[in-house]
Amino acid sequence: MTQRVAVIDYGMGNLHSVASALEHVGASEVMVSHDPEAIAKADRVVFPGVGGIRDCMEAIRQLGCDQLLNQVLNVQRKPVLAICVGMQALMTRSEENEGVPCLDHLPGQVVFFGESHVGEQGERLKVPHMGWNVVQPVGSHPLWQGIAPGTRFYFVHSYHVVPDDPAVVAGTFDYGLTGCAALSQGNLFATQFHPEKSHTAGLTLLKNFLNWDGTCL
Amino acid sequence: MALAKRIIPCLDVDQGRVVKGVNFVGIRDAGDPVEVARRYNDEGADEITFLDITASHEERDTTVNTVEQIAREVFIPLTVGGGIRSLQDIRTMLNAGADKVSINTAAIHRPELVSDASARFGSQCIVVAIDVKRVSGPGDPPRYELFTHGGRKPTGIEAVEWSRRMAALGAGELLLTSMDRDGTRDGFELTITRAITDAVDIPVIASGGVGTLQHLADGVTQGGADAVLAASIFHFGEHTVGEAKAFMADQGITMRR
Repeated sequence: MTQRVAVIDYGMGNLHSVASALEHVGASEVMVSHDPEAIAKADRVVFPGVGGIRDCMEAIRQLGCDQLLNQVLNVQRKPVLAICVGMQALMTRSEENEGVPCLDHLPGQVVFFGESHVGEQGERLKVPHMGWNVVQPVGSHPLWQGIAPGTRFYFVHSYHVVPDDPAVVAGTFDYGLTGCAALSQGNLFATQFHPEKSHTAGLTLLKNFLNWDGTCL
Repeated sequence: MALAKRIIPCLDVDQGRVVKGVNFVGIRDAGDPVEVARRYNDEGADEITFLDITASHEERDTTVNTVEQIAREVFIPLTVGGGIRSLQDIRTMLNAGADKVSINTAAIHRPELVSDASARFGSQCIVVAIDVKRVSGPGDPPRYELFTHGGRKPTGIEAVEWSRRMAALGAGELLLTSMDRDGTRDGFELTITRAITDAVDIPVIASGGVGTLQHLADGVTQGGADAVLAASIFHFGEHTVGEAKAFMADQGITMRR
């Protein structure tokens, strides 16, 4: 399988980490681009994201990445990995920045953890949810291959995804609530955590992504 | 099953080499930053912090180069600090591969840099570094103030109130260093660590003074820190990050193993 990967660049910060990590696990070519023609040539696509959702959505629409994603996901049907704000941008709407309409590829909301967020025993939980938390895979998606249930991944976010259809949840984390750590639907896999910053476990997931044909069993 | 407490080895880098002084005298060379970062990544460090302690303009390019090299090989979060004064400085470091940028003196001169930066790049990548010293006498109620220039220059700013203000302006995390303890190996200054962790809802990294593994554990259990930062106990081979994690886990602290 050729391993030509496109990382969609909509001008929101550091994409080197994800590009370096993909190269590290064996991608023969990593393109960081928002050019539809370049991306059409890729075998698979990563949709990253950091920063505030309003600026992200503005940049996505301004550069035509909304149409590009629609092509990649629904027409070309390439395997797509969305990361963090990339995952959030695929939902219907986010509460961040006083409410921002998103791409609505997956019906659902992006909601704040809340002020004074507390855990099961009433302990204070800090927001952002920043650091290494336990992820429980749901189902046996190919991207979890070689990753034990309960492995820790690196998270950094203050908003989390609540999909309308619970069947798309591919992994969970616990942080005062059971949140969605990963989503899967057809040729899309999305993570709230950062595989490119999650050391060995994250690199394993990225390697699985390179070997994934875009179908779920 | 809670969030793991983090161990963050710190690379103080001067002119392209990792160094660590004792109270800023008797600086010892601890090696090439890329090699050192790779070693900590392999040992299971949860993050790496890179502090450019020269931070003169001539050395900027060296720093950017080094950050780029580290980011290519290290797949854990990387924070870069030292001499960050503007949105452009932050963008340069993020583009070089930093995940977070630590702002110190510039936040004191221009607090709005913190709000501008978090609005632009997201609060997740904005760390505010707070260097404090105890200014109250023995027996008086403890009072800690911010100092600049490696602890030499007082500002008169009270530390707990400042921490609240930085959190309100959009800092995603605080890096708290006791300048009284930095380089002494006497352990964290736990009084101010606890006061600040109790005062803010964002994560706090304790720094300054680690000499033993017990000090790391104390920073979490007594200081309430979300992460502990240390340099010399890791640099010179006294302890590995793995040993530190095993030690802390034995004391009931949640760690990533």
